[in-house]
Amino acid sequence: MIPITLTVNGERVTRHVEPRRHLIDFLRLDLGLTGSHAGCEHGVCGACTVRVDGEIVRGCLVLAASLDGAEVTTIEGLSDSGEVADLQAEFVARNAAQCGFCTPGMVMTAADILRHHPQASRAEIREHLSGNYCRCTGYQAIVDAVEATLAQRRQEAGR
Amino acid sequence: MNEITPASIGLSREDLPNSYIGRSVPRPNVPKLVQGRATYTDDVVLPRMLHAAFLRSPHAHARILSIETAAALATPGVVRVFTGRDIAEVCDPWVAVLDHLKGMKSAPQHPLPLERATWQGEPVVAVVAESRAAAEDGVAALRVEWEPLPAQTDMETALAPGAVVIHPELGDNLVFTRTATAGDVEAAFAAAHKVVEATFVTARHTGVTLEPRSIIADYNRADGTLTVHQSTQAPHMMQGVFAKHLRLRESDVRVICKDVGGSFGIKVHVYPDEVAVAAMARIMGRPVKFVADRFESFTSDIHARDHRIKARIAVDAQGKILGFDVDDLTGIGPYSVYPRTSAIEGNQVVNLCGGPYDFVNYRCTTTVVLQNKAPTCQYRAVGHPIATAVTEGLVDMAAEALGMDPIAFRRINLIRDDAYPRTSPSGMRFEGLSHHASLDKLLEMVPVEKIRADQAAQRARGVYRGLGFASFIELTNPSPFMYGIGGARISAQDGATVRMDPDGSITIASGVTEQGQGTEAILAQIAAHGVGVPVERVKVITGDTQNTPYGGGTWACRGAGIGGEAALQSALALRAQILEVAGAMLQAKPETLDVVMGEVVDRASGTPRLSLAELGRIVYFRGDTLPRDLPRELVQTRHFITKEYPFAFTNGIQACWAEVDVETGMVKVLEHWCVEDCGRVINPLLVDEQVRGGIVQGLGGALYEHCVYDAEGNLLTTTLADYLVPMSAEMPDIHVGHVETPTRESLLGAKGAGEAGTAGAPAALMNAINDALRPLGARVTEQPFTPARILKALGRI
Ligand code: FES
Ligand code: FES
Repeated sequence: MIPITLTVNGERVTRHVEPRRHLIDFLRLDLGLTGSHAGCEHGVCGACTVRVDGEIVRGCLVLAASLDGAEVTTIEGLSDSGEVADLQAEFVARNAAQCGFCTPGMVMTAADILRHHPQASRAEIREHLSGNYCRCTGYQAIVDAVEATLAQRRQEAGR
Repeated sequence: MNEITPASIGLSREDLPNSYIGRSVPRPNVPKLVQGRATYTDDVVLPRMLHAAFLRSPHAHARILSIETAAALATPGVVRVFTGRDIAEVCDPWVAVLDHLKGMKSAPQHPLPLERATWQGEPVVAVVAESRAAAEDGVAALRVEWEPLPAQTDMETALAPGAVVIHPELGDNLVFTRTATAGDVEAAFAAAHKVVEATFVTARHTGVTLEPRSIIADYNRADGTLTVHQSTQAPHMMQGVFAKHLRLRESDVRVICKDVGGSFGIKVHVYPDEVAVAAMARIMGRPVKFVADRFESFTSDIHARDHRIKARIAVDAQGKILGFDVDDLTGIGPYSVYPRTSAIEGNQVVNLCGGPYDFVNYRCTTTVVLQNKAPTCQYRAVGHPIATAVTEGLVDMAAEALGMDPIAFRRINLIRDDAYPRTSPSGMRFEGLSHHASLDKLLEMVPVEKIRADQAAQRARGVYRGLGFASFIELTNPSPFMYGIGGARISAQDGATVRMDPDGSITIASGVTEQGQGTEAILAQIAAHGVGVPVERVKVITGDTQNTPYGGGTWACRGAGIGGEAALQSALALRAQILEVAGAMLQAKPETLDVVMGEVVDRASGTPRLSLAELGRIVYFRGDTLPRDLPRELVQTRHFITKEYPFAFTNGIQACWAEVDVETGMVKVLEHWCVEDCGRVINPLLVDEQVRGGIVQGLGGALYEHCVYDAEGNLLTTTLADYLVPMSAEMPDIHVGHVETPTRESLLGAKGAGEAGTAGAPAALMNAINDALRPLGARVTEQPFTPARILKALGRI
């Protein structure tokens, strides 16, 4: 067991973890943060997307033991902070979530577009979301939601 | 139907603020989904819960010689190991046949096999431990001695002499065969102006729900009850299955299904590993959780659509279709899947080929055989994408052979919109369809002339683009003719209970379930509309056999049509009851009152008279002030089942605009359109999103998705890196239009909408690709349309 201390959604946590524990199991099983999902556990589906030290990562490919001192933000923390409330409202308005299993990961990835690519085109949004698998929606409503949020934020910034 | 008409309850008007039917109301469930606050089965944690992992057969077919468990039991955290024999002590096997599918046969299946494994990935031994990780450690420590047996993997040889008979007691590998005939096929084809034929292949693929199959079973020895938390589409069906096979009373089993992370038909079947979990909980008297990992999903979720179809079409010189002649062969794995059976998909191909068209002569045979691969069963749009690909593929080829435009050819042959009711050559009864109106609507949306001009211009530059069409029909709202008459305890009826609480809020409990398609949202809309309250005042309960009226769940697109009608009827009954009480309180005739936005109002003037909260206060706390014999049950239940038609057919048409790179064989879908007629649209936003999601699933099957087996029956596609699914960058924008032909079977008039996209998309794409390839003399009919297959058709490899 390896001792780690890190910040998760702004709270400091200390735990002992098995070397093989990946970040999603750590969040879900050790911290009860069930908003992050495991869809494949081999790095393809993006359901496990969370933010570590400001960048999005696949939680299933990161070992918790490597995160001593890290700062982790999950969908729960991102939602509570209000950072993407506008994006989430667009998701609701367009029904950009059906079963919702992909949605936390989608929102984390979309938040990354909002932060780093404020000028993203529709094609670039589709490209950027392409690491996140959604079986239900056909993606269009998700792309629409991100595009609308970007446009709204650009408009507000211009004012 | 009584004197209530759709107009009398405001179904066709939006003049009342609570006229929600037909409105794009956002789903109340979505905020929790976007904030990560949903509760999927794996999120549920129970006291003393253990975790199961399975050793799965590495062989397609092998005898189990011995199972050595000592090392597994010595693994830290491992609590117990179960073999097939241990499970069989408390659990009876099943045989998945339906009586109305004449001559159907299958073998008894145990949760864990007793002697032989018959597909790679079949669960064989279970390890139960304190954590999933420890259970997997235990599995790794198991030692099983196998005697590999020859595997029967090729469906083409399944009935040939020398085939490996997978279950010797059945005599051969034939599960089911059926031929439908109408008219005189031989004569029609002999006399035809042209006969066109082709062989189509639809690839074995699977649902890939992002949330894998998940279950927690908890047996309480004190009261003898089994509580199962399960990601399922049919809680009541599963309640019956667990009770029957674990020898419990149905009333002692409760199935709870909270949020479900996608289902698409994958989660409506009985899986041996899940029944084993319930059996282990029964034996241990503790909760046991099992969540499939992605490898397990690929090897043990049902597969589907493994068909080879030889088909031909006969046409006369004017372009009229004379007949279809279709021979379908499908391999379904080693067992028919319980309890819906694996013969339904082939049977649907027989029912649906040629469906949109007016013709007389028909012959279609399906032959359903066993093989040593994962079992197949019903997956979204069961059989429809296959029948549509065959029908629409042949239709385009016939038009080409006649030198006709594919739209003009369809115009001549689609069943006229005024020709209903009508029975198809395969015996399907259509109440009312709108093929021509749908085609008209589609042509308003698709800029055909512009596209054809672009196509010609691009061709001149060596860029090959094509436009493809596909008309389709879809079977929804099934009656007991689908499963019930075959002896399966699968309810075609559904119920809803609507109640008003003291604060004037409404709660509806329904037997249909939510998997993301928006069932709960439409139930809330219907209840709000029917009672007369703001939709925010409605709470919905689904997915709990102990707290909802008995029902079939959600499959075959029955949520809106069946569950929605039960909701409407019970909501109207509750409104009538509210008005009776209000009439007594206000000294007014109930007919002079109405309920609008949570207020009892004067019907003529709209003047508010009494809030529902005040009415609730009086009824629940001061009932002494009401007339002594006034009925005051502010709770009403109604059930609904279709009666006139075995199924409510819907219809529609899709168009696909795609580009084929003739150097690489890559296909890019540029744009896609769908017009569909699902009867009354309750929530256009949700229907459009169902259609889009369904189309992308259909495009996935046509372009990428394939469960690839080698000749020995080893599954080669067991990760998401090998089995490709559509991602956002590859998918086009999709335009959706509607024609509404409500069913007269119900007040609501809704038919199903969830499978139409998947039914038509592969055919539309196939026709688009072949339209693109036509100048090069190439054609593809074998899905998925991979670069290799396209380059092969072009003669480049
Ligand atoms: S669970 Fe991490 S990418 Fe799929
Ligand atoms: S909403 Fe179901 S996987 Fe995306």
